Amino acid sequence: MKFYRHAPAPARVTGRGTTALRADEVSRHRVRLVAIDRRADRVELTSFARLPELLAPGDLVVVNDAATLPGSLRGDGFELRLSGPVQASRLVGVVFGPGDHRTRTEDRPPPRTFVVGERVRLGALACEVVAVQGRRVELVARAQEDELWQALYAHGRPVQYAHRLEPLPLWSVQTAYAARPWAAEMPSAGRALTWEVLLGLRRAGIALARLTHAAGLSSTGDDELDRALPWPERYELPRATIEAIAAARARGGRVIAIGTTVVRALESAAPELHAGAGIARLRLDAAYSPRLVDGVVSGLHSPGESHFELLRAFAPRDRLVHAIELAAAHGLSAHELGDACLIL
Amino acid sequence: MTIEHDGALVTGASRGLGLALSEALAARGARVAMVARDPEPLADAVARIRAGGGIAHAIAADISDKHAVHRIAGQAHALVGDIAIAIHNASTLGPVPLRLLLDTECEDLAAVLETNLIGPFRLTKILAGAMALRGAGTIVHVSSDAAVEAYPRWGAYGVSKAAQDHLARVLAAELDGTGVRVLAVDPGEMDTRMHADAVPDADRAALQRPADVAARIVAMIEDAARAPSGARLIAPRWPRAVELSEGGA
Repeated sequence: MKFYRHAPAPARVTGRGTTALRADEVSRHRVRLVAIDRRADRVELTSFARLPELLAPGDLVVVNDAATLPGSLRGDGFELRLSGPVQASRLVGVVFGPGDHRTRTEDRPPPRTFVVGERVRLGALACEVVAVQGRRVELVARAQEDELWQALYAHGRPVQYAHRLEPLPLWSVQTAYAARPWAAEMPSAGRALTWEVLLGLRRAGIALARLTHAAGLSSTGDDELDRALPWPERYELPRATIEAIAAARARGGRVIAIGTTVVRALESAAPELHAGAGIARLRLDAAYSPRLVDGVVSGLHSPGESHFELLRAFAPRDRLVHAIELAAAHGLSAHELGDACLIL
Repeated sequence: MTIEHDGALVTGASRGLGLALSEALAARGARVAMVARDPEPLADAVARIRAGGGIAHAIAADISDKHAVHRIAGQAHALVGDIAIAIHNASTLGPVPLRLLLDTECEDLAAVLETNLIGPFRLTKILAGAMALRGAGTIVHVSSDAAVEAYPRWGAYGVSKAAQDHLARVLAAELDGTGVRVLAVDPGEMDTRMHADAVPDADRAALQRPADVAARIVAMIEDAARAPSGARLIAPRWPRAVELSEGGA
């Protein structure tokens, strides 16, 4: 697997006698944090609950408030995984062959061919195929809006991967501040932002703001499709958030993104921020210099994963490797329901 | 404050006070997500509001089901956008005719608490975070004088409502300073099916109309100064007096 959210990872963590990164679910209240401080040139292992102390008064924390969709939908002999928000009865996603998440995506049998005009059923939902591009399809649901959402939530399950066999309830994949269901997968860097931490940030004089970013699928199991990930993703930037960023800048505060989806939305929107909807097309890598975001909270990513490369926009390779070795040595979990890192 | 264009969520919305609240909110220009267990009366209620020019959507779900609450929140956000107002109106008396608390089966008390207390707790847990990030939101718990007075035979319901009142007070304390307001409102006696179930021989002419009570509750939602967070308000007395909880704002 290439993508961080479901990296089984152990084999990739090499180096000075490190132990493997684990894959079990970590309680939101007990998430550990590897903090990389670039200015002090220091890497430290601490707990996520200390985030308010690790940041400074005047800083601004920006979260992605997209709720996670029940985006895995079973049809007759296939599975559709939604890759973005449902708009005007249109479902966009990737089709998989028979089976379910317990088979690794790259081992799933290919789906049958879909043709434009074809009728398919997803549970109680009757749909018509309106566009096909390989395994990427677009369907129009033949239902009124209320029935469409009722059927999606009755039938759909969160998208999940083979490193976790038991079916995840929606409870496990929502942040404390989730609002509109736009995300194909959980904006998981915010999972450990419990009320304790959120209220602690406020008390510490650290501002909070939100945007909505339609986090897409992190893996399809198809090399060619996966190489092009992340696809262009929709975001919405509230006016209040633009004002909060300007205010933070004016008082010398930093902008801290909770998750790479927030980085992608803000850096795609920069430098001239406009309130409203946009499409994030930016691809982050070592060559990219962030124009707006000063720090980021993310999951733990090992060299070779796409998100490791993405974090290189924020820290040099050796610092990131040091961080992941420290995490592995202390038995941290590297996946969407695991531990985290902070780069300042 | 104005509630025009606000997203609102009302549970128990297919009849009685829940329907009246949905109508009153829609009449003020709010976009209302209406939650009820039975799809058919719910569809009729939604159709009635839409026929009057209001914006309303149906969500068929049982608030007492843990796995239903994320569906409710997700469907509501998808249908009406950010939720600014949440009204916990759905509730159950438990078995009727009402029994003495000492005759109440353990499972029946637990079921009443699931619907009247734990359901609203779960839904608030899901909705309040986005409200706090936006710095605004109002959460209303429909209470009862049975939460305060100890009436024989109203035990399971009364216990659930007393606990719900305190839930509202603790939430208000925890959310202090976030811009999210939490209220408990005793609507008074109304001419509803629940009242007929509980008191079959009541003089209906002496009971309040749900529409009148709903209008007062919407006025409380719009009037943050006279209905501050943590307050327990009595609808028949509104706006003459504010019933503040101890330590309420």
